[in-house]
Parts: sequence; C-alpha cells; structure tokens
Amino acid sequence: MITALILFWPALAALLVLLLKGQSAKKVAFVAALVEFALALYATAGFTNETVAPQFALNIPWVESAGISFSIGMDGISLLMVLLTTFLVPLIVLSSFKHDYKNPNAFYALILFMQTGLIGVFVALDAFLFYFFWEVALIPIYFIAAIWGGENRIKVTFKFFVYTIFGSLFMLAAFVYLYFQTAGTGVSAHSSSVNAFYQLALDSGTQSWIFWFLFLAFAIKMPVFPFHTWQPDTYTESPTQATMLLSGIMLKMGIYGVLRWLLPVVPLGVSQWVDLVLVLSIIGVVYGSIIAIRQHDLKRLIAYSSIAHVGLISAGIFTLNEQGLQGGVIQMLSHGVNVVGLFFIIDIIYRRTNTREITSLGGITQNAKALSIFFMILLLGSVALPLTNGFVGEFLLLSGVFQYNYIFGAVAGLTIILAAVYMLRMFQGVMFGTKSAKTEGFTDLTLTEKAVLIPLVIMVFWIGLFPNTFLEISEPAVGNLLNIIQRR
Amino acid sequence: MTSIILLAGFGIINLFVGFLKSNRILLPLALLFLAVVFGVNMLSWNDTQSYFNNMLTIDNYAVAFTGIMVLSTLLILPFSQRYVEANDQNLAEYYAMLLFSLVGAVMMVSFENVIMLFVGIEILSISMYVLAGSDKKSIRSNEAALKYFLMGSFFTGILLFGIVLVYGATGTFNISEISAAQTDADGLQNTMFTMGLLIMIIGISFKISAAPFHFWTPDVYEGTPTLFTSFMSTVVKIAGVAAFYKLMVAGFAASYAVWFPTLIAITVLTLVVGNIGAVVQHNVKRMLAYSSISHAGYLLMSLIAFNERSDASIFFYSLAYATATIAAFGVLQLVTVQRGEESFQGFNGLGKTNPLLAFAMTISMLSLAGIPLTAGFFAKFFVFASILENADLMWLVVLAVILASVGIYYYFKVVIAMYLQPAGDYGRVKVTGFVSFVLIFITVLTILFGIAPALMSDIL
Repeated sequence: MITALILFWPALAALLVLLLKGQSAKKVAFVAALVEFALALYATAGFTNETVAPQFALNIPWVESAGISFSIGMDGISLLMVLLTTFLVPLIVLSSFKHDYKNPNAFYALILFMQTGLIGVFVALDAFLFYFFWEVALIPIYFIAAIWGGENRIKVTFKFFVYTIFGSLFMLAAFVYLYFQTAGTGVSAHSSSVNAFYQLALDSGTQSWIFWFLFLAFAIKMPVFPFHTWQPDTYTESPTQATMLLSGIMLKMGIYGVLRWLLPVVPLGVSQWVDLVLVLSIIGVVYGSIIAIRQHDLKRLIAYSSIAHVGLISAGIFTLNEQGLQGGVIQMLSHGVNVVGLFFIIDIIYRRTNTREITSLGGITQNAKALSIFFMILLLGSVALPLTNGFVGEFLLLSGVFQYNYIFGAVAGLTIILAAVYMLRMFQGVMFGTKSAKTEGFTDLTLTEKAVLIPLVIMVFWIGLFPNTFLEISEPAVGNLLNIIQRR
Repeated sequence: MTSIILLAGFGIINLFVGFLKSNRILLPLALLFLAVVFGVNMLSWNDTQSYFNNMLTIDNYAVAFTGIMVLSTLLILPFSQRYVEANDQNLAEYYAMLLFSLVGAVMMVSFENVIMLFVGIEILSISMYVLAGSDKKSIRSNEAALKYFLMGSFFTGILLFGIVLVYGATGTFNISEISAAQTDADGLQNTMFTMGLLIMIIGISFKISAAPFHFWTPDVYEGTPTLFTSFMSTVVKIAGVAAFYKLMVAGFAASYAVWFPTLIAITVLTLVVGNIGAVVQHNVKRMLAYSSISHAGYLLMSLIAFNERSDASIFFYSLAYATATIAAFGVLQLVTVQRGEESFQGFNGLGKTNPLLAFAMTISMLSLAGIPLTAGFFAKFFVFASILENADLMWLVVLAVILASVGIYYYFKVVIAMYLQPAGDYGRVKVTGFVSFVLIFITVLTILFGIAPALMSDIL
C-alpha cells in the first residue's frame, strides 16, 4: 500500500497545486514533496534485507484478459531510486524559490506530476506499466522545458521529445514481442509481469535484435554515445529545475531500465553485444570529458561531464559483475546529488551575474566564501576525490571494468584525470582570479540557497564515508539480478 | 434492425420539424433522437438476429460499431451550434442527411448479403456528397463535393463490378455462402473470383481512404465544412473499416493467401503516405486529413493480423480514434471560423486565450499520436499486439513504430503553436457552455480509456 501511496501522492498534490493561484503554489508543492520524502523514509524503515522479492508489493489486474496487471513493488534498487527521487524533488522545488516563473501553479503541478511518472518507472513490475510511466514522465518535462525554457527552447526540446519517443516506441515493440513469448496464468494466455519476462528462454538470434530494440530506448535516455545529441542543447535551454530533473533523476530511468528490463531479460543478447556497448560507453566517457574541457558555457560543461559520468556507469553495469553493478547503483545516487548541486550553483551564479560564460566570470571567492566551499565540495565529489561520494561509485565501477578487461579499464580510468582537468579549470575560471565587471557586487548565499545545498553536501559525505548504508540496501537485489542472469 | 428503422424515421421527422422554422428546437431534438437510437441499439446486445432472409444480421459486432458511430454523431452535432446561431435555413436538412447517412453506416456493419453492403455504402455516400457541398457559396466546398461525387461513384461502380464477378464465380451474394463456395476445389483458382475479390478490396479501400486510393481525401476534407469533415473522418471511416473486416472474416477467410499480399501492400503504402504526407502540411485541416489516412493504415494493420484479437482491436482503435478526432475537428472548427485562419498559426497562443480548448486539443493530439494516459496509446498497443501474434510481421510493426514517431512530429506542431507561440492579435475564441461541456466529456472519455482500457477492450 505504501508503494501506491508514494506513487500517487505527487499526482494528487499536483492536482491541488494546479488549483492554486499565484506564488503560494511553490510553498504547497514544497510541502507536498517533503511529505513524499517522509513517506519514502517510512518505507525505508520497514524495508528488510532478508528477502530479494519486491517488498510492499501491490498487484491489481489492469487489463485482465490480456494478463496485464497494475503491479508495483520495491526491491533494493527500486528503493534507492525512489529515495533519490523523493530526496531531490523537494530540493529542486526549493531551489526555484528565487524564480518567479509565469503560471507557477502549472509549473509546480507539472514537476509533481512528473514525480509520479518517475516513481512509477522505478516501482513498476509489469512491462507495460513500466512503459506507461516511462512516457508519463516524459510529457511533463517536455512542457516544463518547452514553456519555461530559454531562447531556442522550442526546437531543442522538440528534438529531445521526438528522439526519446522514437527510442521508447522500439522498447514498446520489443515488450509486445516478448509478451507473446510468455506463458500466462489464469484467464490470459500471456503475461507481461517482470517474472514472466525473466523466465523467457529465447534463442540467441532473437535475443540479439530484442537487445537493440530495448537498448536503443535506454541508450537515448541515458544518453550513451552516439545517442547523446539531444542532451547538451536540452540541458542548456531548459530552465534550471528541468535540467536538474533531467540530469538528476530522469537519466537514471535509462540506467534502471537496463538493470531491470534489459540485462535479466535478454542475457544472451547482452553477451553478444557487450563489447560494443562497453566501447560506446567508454568512447562516451572520453568524448564527453574532452568536449567538456573545451566548453565556455557552464551549463554545457556540466552537460558534457554528465555524458562522461553516465558512460562510466553504463560501462560498469554491462560488465555484469557485482562491483560493476553495485558501483552503478551507488554512482546513480552520487551523480544525482552532485549534478543537481552543480546545476544549482550555476543557477545561483547566473542569477547574480546574468552570464554563464567562464571567461566573463572570476574572483567570486572573494565575495562569497560559503558558495565557494559548497561549490568545491560538490565539485570534488564529481571528480571522485576519496571521502566523497563520487569516489565510492567510480572506484567500484572502474574495478568492475578492470575485471572485465583491463584495457577498457585503463581507458575508462582516464575519466578521473580528465574530470579533474575540466572541473578544476572551471572552478579556477569562475571562482579565482580577478573580479570581472559582472562579479563585482556578488553576494553570498541566502538562507534558502543554503537550505538546498546543505542536504546535498551532507549526502556527498554520507555516501563517501558510509557507503554501506546504501550498498547494503541494494546488495540482495543486485545479487538476485546476477543470479537470474547467470541461471539462464 | 430497430435502430435502422428509428434512424430513418427520425431523419424524416427532422425534415418536417424544419418547416417550423425554429432552429432552436432542432439540435436538442436531433440529440434526443440519437440518444434514443443509442439506447435501443444496446438492447440488441447478446441477441443475434437475422432479418429479411439473411440480408442483415445484427450481432454484437454490429451493435458495438453502431454504438460507436451513433455516439460519434451524438458528440459531433453539438459543434453545429454555429449553424443554429447563424439561423441557417438548411439546418434541418443537414441533420436529416446525417441521420440518413447513419442508416447506411449501420447497414454496412450489419450486412449479411453483399448487396446490402453496396446499398449501405451508397446510402452513406450520397448524403456525404451533398453535405460536402453544403457550403454553397464556397468554391472549395463545391469542388470538394464534385470531386467526392465523381471519384466516389466511380469507386462504388468498381465495388459493384467486383461483387458481380464474385457472384459470377460463386452464384451467390450471401457472404456465408460465398465463404462456403471457396472450400470447393476450384474456389481459389477461379480467376473471375480472384479478380472480383481484389476489385472489391479496391472499392472499399477508396471508402476508408487507404493509399493509393486516397488522393481525394485531403482536398475533400479541406473543402467540406469542418462539421461534416469530422463526420466523414470518423463515422464514414469506421463504418468502412468495420465493413471491410466483416467482409474478409465472414466471406473471404479461406482466400487469405490471395488478398493478404494485396492488403499488406495497401497497408504499408497507407501508413507511409499518411504519415509522410502530414509532415509537410501547413493547413491543420489537411494535416488531419493525412493523419486520418495514416490511421486507416493502423486500422488495416489489425485487419491483416486477421486473428481473434482483430475485431476487439479494431473496435478499440475506432473508439479512441473517434473521440480524439471529434475533439480535434471540434476545436479546429471553433478556431478557424473565429480566427479565419486554417494554418498552424491559427492556433497560436490558444493555451493562453482558451485553456480549455487548448487542453482538449492537446489530449486529442496526444491520443492520436498514441502517447500513454490517453486512449490512443492502448489503441496502438492492441493493434501491435494483434499483429505480433503472427510473429513474422515484426517488420511491419517496426515500420509502424518509426512512422508513429513521425506522427508525433506533426501532432505536436499544433501543441507547440498553442502553448509556446504568443497569441499576437488573436483574442479569445468564444465557446458556449454546452460545447465546453461536450469537449470536457470527450476529453474525459479519452483519458478514461487511456487509464482503464479494460472497460472497452474486452467486449467483443
């Protein structure tokens, strides 16, 4: 029941927010998002490590004659993703308090509505329900980005929308095909539940093309090189909150999709293409990093760095060993925390100086001590310095890739050096040096801004120092995943 | 059967009420008539009966499709308020024509004898020829009527030719007997029979505007007054597809191997022409015309799947398509008449000036594009599901998937115009409370079937 409550509470709150007039919408949305986080914490308290089966499960027939059910529940991976989502959304809402968006009721209602879609993706245990929420999450973010975005928003977000739908329709086709290969229970001849999909025994030729149908959808969402072309523009043109939602949570949908719906469903297909996927992912790591070094726009820089980070996560989970998978899960959390924090800091700088060009900034440290400290911590987390969250994830991921193939590991390891280059170069350009005309009267953080950054920084250290809090939650689920893959 | 009699009777009553010269009473009266027909039609559920020496059979299939078509007309009529307000002299005739053409539509979905199919198509079409030209002073409306009439009568002629050839080969007009005749050894090899079958397919393909027999569609849709275009693209198309499927299942199932290659070619062409054609349109009405061609393609997909899922998926698709299309044409009519602009720019800023219209239009575009939360998603899903039962048609699904994402492109052009472009000089579009209510009702239906498709997906 708690899963259903977590799932639908944001949608209900969205309806309420929609009816509000004026700027009170943001406060109500913030409270609703906090309640949602409390619900997720309550679920975590009742979560047990003893079983690998999805917990707090709920199963109601949806289209009974076709064996499609409204089936939700959480295992360790889902729970972590739900925690990430519910943790970030209140902060994302809070981060917008300084903005006076037009039609705030619609803006915040769409954010909350999207949260339902995101949670639905993470808790769905039925292929078609998963697809359903996958698209439900996309529609609000499209409108958020397209209505409140920057100058080129219409063209850019449209490309993003059509591109991702294009990919996901292939996923739908693959799901329908797989569905017909399953054996159903009760009235229906087939079933679309996740367990029915896990029991499929397809020949490797079929698995080979099914792999591409599914991978296309997930790769576009993540995005993996060469399916990333929508990403930098969309991140740059979207309003900051939309960028945070996209990079902090939505790209995790793609990775989660790989974990839940690709690796265990078509393991033979995966083993045929894993080398190619690893190569693509690692190209993404190096390519994203190198392009990031050349960027002058802060938002674009982080956007490309995100491609690099996601490339490493994708490489890690496709190695199919425990380090790689666990690293992928923990790095999803870390990346979510870091990237939301960095985008927020860029937003803070942009609001005060009206520019995101590194060359026209500089010397901010002199005016804003607190900002510098927060920025530095998040940045080091992103560079994967030991004691920060990025270190745990990247270490596990890289050790996973090394186990698979040390050459891949060595190339992917470049990420640590390259990340340090572009991140520190950015920090240097923005924060140090002499003040420019635009940073002359720079003011330090306000209380609300600190309220957003403090929880994020706490998480940077928490994951960095006590990663076991989170690794323990996902461990049984990851082990179970590996069992399913190896059994077949 | 009662619904046919009632529709014909009500049509005539409507004509006579026209003498009262009181337009106010006409619309409520017509709606009442249709509601009665809808209810009476439902009484025949699970009560299969044949009439007139097996000329017509009212079974669940007929009742279900009659239900959609009557409901569609019921939802289309409120958008005729413009004619009521303008005190149009011919309003009674328009309503009567629509009711008469429904008679033809009902015959098309319940025929047992191929002659009844032909008669049904003729009854349906003749009213439509007249309505296409109902805007007497507009050249384009006249052109539409002439084009539709010439092409339409040519293709009904072809259909009749096909029927005659099949009759020559089998000696009967009754579809069960035609079906039985094919079990004989020479049933399939008979050239006359094969020619007749293929020619009939061509004749019906014209009616549902399947490519390459679609050329009339954009021009006719554009010229016809929007109210009747919406009837054309819903009721006429649904009747055509339902009749097509019934003809194939009941009459030509044994000759599957003969017509399958033809129909698959028609389906692929229809999907490609419809979707690609819609991309390059600047006029929303023409875009919707091409989109209706593409939807004929998706409907044909579940027809060629030809298995036990087909009828249910055609039914659900028709329902989803009808609700979305009626809303789209309804909003289009309000916007184009008041803003005097049929291109995408005409929709600029509608999200600001008329949030309700814009929302209804958005939901209908999402539904036509097949995006979840709307009925259109499950409609496409059931079509893909029915065709994937025959796994060797995976390539067709892939093609349809690629074209469906093309579809998103042109449907979203409307959404973008409404929400992302400034309204400029355009003011608020005036909408009466009743029309708003109908739009809300249609939108709720679209979302309801998108969340709980099981309500309707299993009834056949």
